[in-house]
Amino acid sequence: MRTYTLLILLLYSITSFSQNCENKLSVTVTDLHDGSLLIGATLIVAGTEQAVDTDLDGKFTILNLCDDTYNIQVSHPYCLTKGFTVKISGNTTKNFKLEHHLEELNQITVEGKAYNNKSKTILENTISKEELERFSSGTLGDALNSLSGVSSLKTGNTVVKPLINGLHSSRVVIINNGVRMEDQEWGAEHAPNVDINSAGNLTLIKGAGALQYSGDAVGGVIVAEASRVSVKDSLYGKTLITGASNGRGTSLTSQLTKSYQNGWYATLQGTLKRFGDFEAPDYVLSNTGIFERNASLHVGLNRFDYGIEAYYSIFKNEIGILRASHLGGAQDQIRAINSDRPLIINDFTYNIIAPKQDVTHHLARIKGFKRFDGFGKLSLQYDFQRNNRLEFDIRRGADKDNASLDLQLDTHTLMLDLDSHLTDAVNLKTGLMTRYQNNFADPNTGVRRLIPDYDKYDLGIYAIADYRLNDKLLLEGGGRFDYSYMDVFKFYRTSFWESRNYDELFPEIVVEELDNQILTNPQLNFYNASATLGATYAFSDEYKLFFNYSIASRAPNPSELFSEGLHHSASRIELGDLRFKSEIGHKVALTFQRDNETFSFSVSPFINTINDFIVIEPTEIQQTVRGNFQVWEYRQTNAQLLGVDFDASYSFAKNFRLNNQFSLVKGYDRTRNEPLISMPPVNTKNEIVYHNPDFKNLRLALQSEYVFRQNEYPNNNFEVFIPETETMEIVDVSTPPDAYHLLNFNSSIDFKATKKSTLTVGFGITNLLNTSYRNYLNRLRYYTDDLGRNFLLNLKLNY
Amino acid sequence: MKNVKFLATAIFATVLFVSCSNDDDTPEPVNEEEVITTLTVTLSPNGGGTAITLQTRDLDGDGPNAPVVTVSGSLATGVTYSGTIVLLNETVNPPEIITEEVEEENLDHQFFYTLGGGLDVTTAYSNFDDNGNPLGTEFTLTAGTASSGTLTFTLRHEPTKPNTGLGDAGGETDIAATFNVAVQ
Repeated sequence: MRTYTLLILLLYSITSFSQNCENKLSVTVTDLHDGSLLIGATLIVAGTEQAVDTDLDGKFTILNLCDDTYNIQVSHPYCLTKGFTVKISGNTTKNFKLEHHLEELNQITVEGKAYNNKSKTILENTISKEELERFSSGTLGDALNSLSGVSSLKTGNTVVKPLINGLHSSRVVIINNGVRMEDQEWGAEHAPNVDINSAGNLTLIKGAGALQYSGDAVGGVIVAEASRVSVKDSLYGKTLITGASNGRGTSLTSQLTKSYQNGWYATLQGTLKRFGDFEAPDYVLSNTGIFERNASLHVGLNRFDYGIEAYYSIFKNEIGILRASHLGGAQDQIRAINSDRPLIINDFTYNIIAPKQDVTHHLARIKGFKRFDGFGKLSLQYDFQRNNRLEFDIRRGADKDNASLDLQLDTHTLMLDLDSHLTDAVNLKTGLMTRYQNNFADPNTGVRRLIPDYDKYDLGIYAIADYRLNDKLLLEGGGRFDYSYMDVFKFYRTSFWESRNYDELFPEIVVEELDNQILTNPQLNFYNASATLGATYAFSDEYKLFFNYSIASRAPNPSELFSEGLHHSASRIELGDLRFKSEIGHKVALTFQRDNETFSFSVSPFINTINDFIVIEPTEIQQTVRGNFQVWEYRQTNAQLLGVDFDASYSFAKNFRLNNQFSLVKGYDRTRNEPLISMPPVNTKNEIVYHNPDFKNLRLALQSEYVFRQNEYPNNNFEVFIPETETMEIVDVSTPPDAYHLLNFNSSIDFKATKKSTLTVGFGITNLLNTSYRNYLNRLRYYTDDLGRNFLLNLKLNY
Repeated sequence: MKNVKFLATAIFATVLFVSCSNDDDTPEPVNEEEVITTLTVTLSPNGGGTAITLQTRDLDGDGPNAPVVTVSGSLATGVTYSGTIVLLNETVNPPEIITEEVEEENLDHQFFYTLGGGLDVTTAYSNFDDNGNPLGTEFTLTAGTASSGTLTFTLRHEPTKPNTGLGDAGGETDIAATFNVAVQ
């Protein structure tokens, strides 16, 4: 291939005498597989002997070209060198795609590689570094929300959980730098503890097909990867600062990378984010500030046949929860829901008081790989995570400043993976995973443990093979088996223990009987099998069809098994069930894609049938001295989700592009024949983009986002007696808010700051018309409107 | 080969480490300090005589059992009573008197008395917070003509003070206890 390229280059490199030689060629070099930008690619223009390297954004510019045809050779440390023929006529913009081949051998440096072929038969959606940078001051969930089929389950505006095709929390697995996040992801108001600025690339897999990570991703897998570091002597970095009017805050993130020709490299990155109270169009959302501090360090050695890497990151986030959302019983709920404004509105402040969350997440990993001839590449990874979650409620007396929840979750994981090319057409990935997890709930909170103390042991084994039958057809199949053992110490209220008949069902697990509590020692075993089967068929260079069927098995999480008590932020009593078994999802996903510069689209219908789906729903009203509370109990049922995601992009004129997204998902409880709660409403996004790479890379985008009203929802309303009026009143916790339409504007322009550095200035406005709206998937929608208009100013310096 | 050996050793070591790490003792129980299990209202007739007690008691707190509500007797027409409210946490032994905390944090608390169903009584606050606004762990109740209905005691945490009643008090409900009462 290489010789061939050179030969062509030689043959064509006849200098032409020409007229206009003032032309500029701007090129972006991307990875053929995932579209990510390739930094450090070298380009040689045959005939002119000009050689340039791509910058941090995978871009380069060549000046003084004539109206002619040029041959350009592009090489990159991890790619096969490739020749391109470019016809220059005036200023020209091109996108070169390189294929990673050597990367297969060099997994550590080309960090993405491990995840490039997450699944070869499910269409992967990616968010590039450029797009991620626009969300620098936001959250991981905000960035993912820009993809079709992904919505956000929010608690306010700073706790944002991704919802993939209608599923969230434990059903969505997040892989951060090769490590499966174990950060108490079970809670609907627990956001992922990932710094969006530490990711160079985000990939979304809407399904469980990526068995190398887990077999329990009933909803999907999100993979966050660090930017790639090339093997050469280099020092580069970037600093990004964002100021936003809503919340009157700033976010500062900086990253510096040093790499050497001998393979050693290091990257240091940090983020500081501080916002005060956010604002709806008509009022301040009191106590919704955020203070986030993150840092990460990457050190590694990368050689052709072996490598080692160490990574450490700390994520610390303090998040205020809307003061008006902390309620007593059902009577308070009525007042709060019936009022069209939050019941507590104070002046703007940066202070964060109770109720609030304070979460710290440490992640450390060591990874090494070695390539054996004729055997494959063997990698070994050990990682450790410590997640400490503090939640503060409004309290009384001596406990006023104490956390009411203090959980520490430690996880150790050891993974051994083998990646082998059995033949030219067959790849086989196999691996083994062991994991130990310990949860410790600090009793000094003075509040009964929400999640009990437990030890958990996991063992997983998988194999995935793909077979390229011919140029058009690729088949993929895999299987995974996971065994989990949980050793739990749980205190039950005696009254609950007896009301559930546990005293007759599980007398053997009782350790000790106290005054009004019973200490038990449940020991649970789960055996989960998962599998995937798929095919990709390429009709031509442009048209492709993906088909995938996957089975995912998920063991119930500690919250589903052991919840038992009042959940303040939801003003309800939540009850788990010790008897739950694993839920098993069958997902069939189909994608038809057209990949073309002018007009591209993809349409992805899916159907996900889940047996023993664990759902929480209201069952009764419970009286306490504090008043009445609604009781929500977890139960298992058979569920079905179906829908379609649609993306299209049309370049209708030079530098102009129209993008469209449409997502629809319907979820039903098939046992009871009613809709599932919290299903994303139908939504569509339309965007018109003007992008001129020849004029300071100017980009202007106007986006319209229309969210329909959710018309299918279960009726969970209940009645409560109000002594003041002596009436029974309905607590409307079900009715979804009305449809809404938002306009957003976004722009950016590049300036050459010095010879080696570029300054990008971005300006954006979200909710341009300052529309008052409420979102069905925001847990605080009962109490307050969503965010009002927000002006964002964004400065990025690449150096 | 050397590498394979190393890997095998590493895995073996981890498995060993993992399997030996669980020697913890059983966790200690948490006895909730803030739970209010019991509200007792004692109404002592000003001229002397048998006091009337209204009590709601929920020993399992947020657990499934409903509170047990008792009313010891009826009010007498025309009599004025001195009322005191005592809050207890009976999940701990000895029971903790929560009223003390409420009175200490008097600026952050207020009791409200709500009448329903034609009960002919009037209530008035007898104790006040440090700013002179009502607190209401002590009050007076004057029974009017013979009637029956409900009497509801509501304790709000962090209410707006001063206020004109439950309607504009805001805050969170710590207690809402309704009793069926008669005046004879």
